[in-house]
Amino acid sequence: MIARLDTWLKRVPNWAVWLAGFLPLAWLVWLVVSNDLGVDPVKEIEHRLGKIALWFLIGGLVITPLRKFVGLNFLRYRRAIGLLAFIYVVLHLMAWAVFDMGLLLSQAANDLFRRPYLIFGISAFILLIPLAVTSNKASIRKLGANWRRLHWLVYPAVLLGVVHYLWQMKVIRTEGWIWLAVVILLLATRIKFPKSSR
Amino acid sequence: KIAAQPSRFSTDAKPNTLEEITNYNNFYEFGWDKTDPAANAGQLKIDPWSVQVDGLVDRPGTYDLADIMKDRPLEERIYRFRCVEAWSMVIPWIGFELAGLLNRFGVQPSAKYVAFQTLHRPEEMPGQRAGGINWPYVEGLRLDEAMNPLTIMATGLYGENLPKQNGAPLRLVVPWKYGFKSIKSIVKISLVAEQPPTTWQQLQPSEYGFFANVNPEVNHPRWSQATERTIGGGFFASRKETLKFNGYGDEVASLYSGLDLAKNY
Repeated sequence: MIARLDTWLKRVPNWAVWLAGFLPLAWLVWLVVSNDLGVDPVKEIEHRLGKIALWFLIGGLVITPLRKFVGLNFLRYRRAIGLLAFIYVVLHLMAWAVFDMGLLLSQAANDLFRRPYLIFGISAFILLIPLAVTSNKASIRKLGANWRRLHWLVYPAVLLGVVHYLWQMKVIRTEGWIWLAVVILLLATRIKFPKSSR
Repeated sequence: KIAAQPSRFSTDAKPNTLEEITNYNNFYEFGWDKTDPAANAGQLKIDPWSVQVDGLVDRPGTYDLADIMKDRPLEERIYRFRCVEAWSMVIPWIGFELAGLLNRFGVQPSAKYVAFQTLHRPEEMPGQRAGGINWPYVEGLRLDEAMNPLTIMATGLYGENLPKQNGAPLRLVVPWKYGFKSIKSIVKISLVAEQPPTTWQQLQPSEYGFFANVNPEVNHPRWSQATERTIGGGFFASRKETLKFNGYGDEVASLYSGLDLAKNY
């Protein structure tokens, strides 16, 4: 069954993944246009974009364990998923700067360097920049083994991102703890235990 | 339509719409999201309603809501409302001054603070069945704050009875303090000698103080209070500078002379 699913998955073209990846954005745009985001559309847009970014970041982390433990290979879609995550992070950040802070950049900067949860969020973004920039065949060829080392940065980035998400809540809700648990679990699957010497 | 006198304390600013005021609420008894109170408060029974009055008063007892309201002169007070989360609205409350009500109970000279308590009825308030907060919600004011003419008990909004998600049938409104001080659906008022515990202070003492006066100079540990986003202000430039005491300094600044507001936040 898994093998058949895997074969079928291989036929899904990459553009379909990209298309699906933009559905949440299209939905959000639709909600804005139809004035369906409630009383505070600014916060709603900002929070939804952040949450969607988190989905894709976690989606990217799911691929390796899914291959290792389940036998499903999504590896060929990982670049699209990672880049989609980055795009949503950028949109989230822009929503914050433009709509939320109203481009009061001095206050935004002031806030940034005094509020730990903003530092966490922005750090996650900064860590993701080189990953997005090197998400192409030429960079993989050029960087060789260093490409893997560089892309290890996704782990701290996702962790910073999920902590940023929890930390901005006035009271951390169950949903927040669940996301954190999922991220920690996914990161734990990366831990390589030293092989027994005998 | 409730008959209410206009008030000299009302702002000229344009009030938010009823839609905005009733669909953007922090009333955690009904859920975490701003829209949860509108969705879940319908099941709350507010009739009959009584308020227990105790502590350092000459006439303690359990007062029926009609009794509480008796002879209270209702005014429309269009107040600025500033949430600790750095957003704001303008709200046309209908209510009466708390001072007159407290005087009716006979406040004893030893009373220095007023403690308030929200209804605790988990079967009608789904948020109270979840953890996270030590229910019931409690708040308090120093007696001089409670006696200030700006401090009202609201029973109405936009000329109608107060909607349940806004704290029906009886809530406090203290316009120069962050919104969480303005406790909703009050069932108990106690006159006390010592500063009473308050829910947010118990939860996060480093983030929420007893006074909670709106103050752009004192940041919340996790965000700035220098500016606020005006709800209903559209997508661009909805942020404006926050005023000290939410702009009510002329009326209340003297209450805090000699008090370090950075320490007593």
